[in-house]
Amino acid sequence: MASSDITPDASPPRSPFMDWARGWMTTVDHKRLGVMYISSALLFFVVGGLEASAMRAQLSWSQLDLMEPGTFNTLFTMHGTTMVFLVGMPMLFGFANYLIPLMIGSRDLAFPRLNAVGFWIFFFSGCLLYYSSVGGEALYGLAGMPDVGWFAYAPLTAINYSPGNGPDYWLLFVLVGGIGSLATALNVVVTVATMRCEGMTPLRMPLLVWMISVACGLVLIAMPPLSAASIMMLFDRHFGSHFFDTQGGGSAVFWQHLFWFFGHPEVYILVLPGFAIVSEIIPVFSRKAIFGYPMMVAASVCIGVVAMGVWVHHMFTVGLTAGMNSFFAASTMIIAVPTGIKIFNWIGTMYGGRLHLKMPMLCCVAFLFQFLCAGLTGIMLAIAPFDFQLSDSYFVVAHFHFVLIGGLLFAIFGGLYYWFPKATGRMLGEKLGRWHFWLFLIGFNVTFGFMHIPGAMGMPRRIYTYQADRGWEIWNVISSAGVVLQAAGVCCLLVNIIRSARKGAVAGDDPWDAWTLEWATTSPPPEYNFEKPPKVHSRRPLWDLKHPDDTDGAYE
Amino acid sequence: MSSLAQSDATAGAPAASRKGRWGMACLILTESALFLTFVVTYLYYTGKSLSGPYPVDVIEYPTVLFNSVCLISSSFTIVLAVRALARGRVALFKVFWVLTMLLGLEFLVGTAIEWKGLIEQHELTLSSNLFGSTFYSLVGLHLAHVTLGVLVMLLITTLALFGRIRREHAERLEICSWYWHFVDAVWIVVFLTVYVYGV
Repeated sequence: MASSDITPDASPPRSPFMDWARGWMTTVDHKRLGVMYISSALLFFVVGGLEASAMRAQLSWSQLDLMEPGTFNTLFTMHGTTMVFLVGMPMLFGFANYLIPLMIGSRDLAFPRLNAVGFWIFFFSGCLLYYSSVGGEALYGLAGMPDVGWFAYAPLTAINYSPGNGPDYWLLFVLVGGIGSLATALNVVVTVATMRCEGMTPLRMPLLVWMISVACGLVLIAMPPLSAASIMMLFDRHFGSHFFDTQGGGSAVFWQHLFWFFGHPEVYILVLPGFAIVSEIIPVFSRKAIFGYPMMVAASVCIGVVAMGVWVHHMFTVGLTAGMNSFFAASTMIIAVPTGIKIFNWIGTMYGGRLHLKMPMLCCVAFLFQFLCAGLTGIMLAIAPFDFQLSDSYFVVAHFHFVLIGGLLFAIFGGLYYWFPKATGRMLGEKLGRWHFWLFLIGFNVTFGFMHIPGAMGMPRRIYTYQADRGWEIWNVISSAGVVLQAAGVCCLLVNIIRSARKGAVAGDDPWDAWTLEWATTSPPPEYNFEKPPKVHSRRPLWDLKHPDDTDGAYE
Repeated sequence: MSSLAQSDATAGAPAASRKGRWGMACLILTESALFLTFVVTYLYYTGKSLSGPYPVDVIEYPTVLFNSVCLISSSFTIVLAVRALARGRVALFKVFWVLTMLLGLEFLVGTAIEWKGLIEQHELTLSSNLFGSTFYSLVGLHLAHVTLGVLVMLLITTLALFGRIRREHAERLEICSWYWHFVDAVWIVVFLTVYVYGV
């Protein structure tokens, strides 16, 4: 050390901050990139949440005039786009990045530099999307941000109906962000296929690895159609082509097909990582091995396959043929079967287990209840005639927020509490955690549970305001009140993260007495992950290590 | 000496080449989804143009058939090139590699000539009708991939001329050649879609 201190150095001394920033910006380490993915996702989550809060404020009573109608359109577009592409997917890639190499006992992802490329493309695609608020014609006071909905239906996106640059920013964002997602998804699939440590056969991989691999495989297949559709739309807007131009023989419905061929697998791309996190947490906090491991794997793969054949259930009201609607209604109900298998297996794992209701487990229990509600309203909406009645109403909004918040977000919360000690070496505070959990749980159910009712009463989505005599006010004001609780919950979480990262209780290597390989190394793990490449003999390598007299291999 | 170096090269190879193979396979999978979307679009809009020029009026086969023969044969020459390199015959590799690149280049030039005719004589552009929109986007997407392939081959040719491509790189070049085979296979699908079914 001393000798390196007196080495003459031509370059001027750099500030510690610059060194720190440089370290993060030039890193190709999967753990740092994972943390960067998750932190950026949390940042965008706050932005998307603020957009949602503004919309709820506007809708909290009839005939309010808190903002321009155009601003409202911008808000729901940006909220949807942000939450799907800049929160959900980076969360997936963040957890995949951080955990998969640790869980399969490898040094890094297969292509570390590609990994960094993927992250920075994602990050700058987000910047591009939000740059629309000042770029292009926004400087001259015209609508700059996209205001065409997160699915950007034709023909609203045609150049004569949306003359500004808003849709262009959206399309370019989707195109660019798609490349980043593809890069990272490819990286994950190749890593899982080629970099497993000795003894880690496919059927010994942790379920998280399985489910995230399936999600990444879906990204590889479902993302390109959206990229293709965005290219066609950009051509339509700027080069006069006729893909979605009905006056030139094109078809606006074709955009819907292409979008939802991406859009529905996307739902599973988002929610499979949620399943993945839950499948890791529930066994550890039930003190039992996961129930029905092979069925869980089969169900995940099955979901991945069937997910590509259900997209038309977003289009029941378009006026397609009865045969088409029936087919997709049936396939949508079929996809509930593997999902149901998973719910039964999670409950089967908890049944007879010794439950430890620590924060991660608490989030997973909430996940189970709420995701079940989401699944049940999903089955209702799969019935085409029922969907005719409720499509594009707040019932649908409530349904998919139960999927994505009740399902995915609660799983992510659980994952944050579970792996925070591994990433930082410190526990995430339990007391503030309970505040976060209960505030958010109650707030979420107040907002979205009650939102089903005005939806069933006929309140359509994406409306700026509504008349006083519809009887929707009371439900809307309850929904909006829930937002306050949710926001308070998220504040507790953010404060907790910042405080615990500095002053949290020291975690040690294995605070939860868990079984997968990431807990075999130090917290936080060294840059090389494992001193010696680990060797596994069962699905729970750390159980084998702790109980050499009763190893798992005998029962698998 | 040479046998030792060879065993060293093969000892480190499996993990890295497995990664390369899987990576290229995934890339091909995702590119297939991209092409399939444009092919489905083409099929969906076949015969739906509201005004001319229609495919029957403008499509001529001589140029495109010659282009196709060149592109398909480049798949064979690239196999010969990689095999030559794997056997350590670097000079032969260079010959076949450059030949592959020239065949790819011919495809680009040939298509440029075809497009010039379409644009100037028949006034078929991206904006003239649905046929124009789907034709130029599908064929153009494929053309972009051929261009990328030719550029990569140019890069490798340059490296080869400076003596940087040796026997131990045969495996990597083989993985690169998968991309070229994929581009060729896609052309067969595009040809059948545009020049056989679509007319």
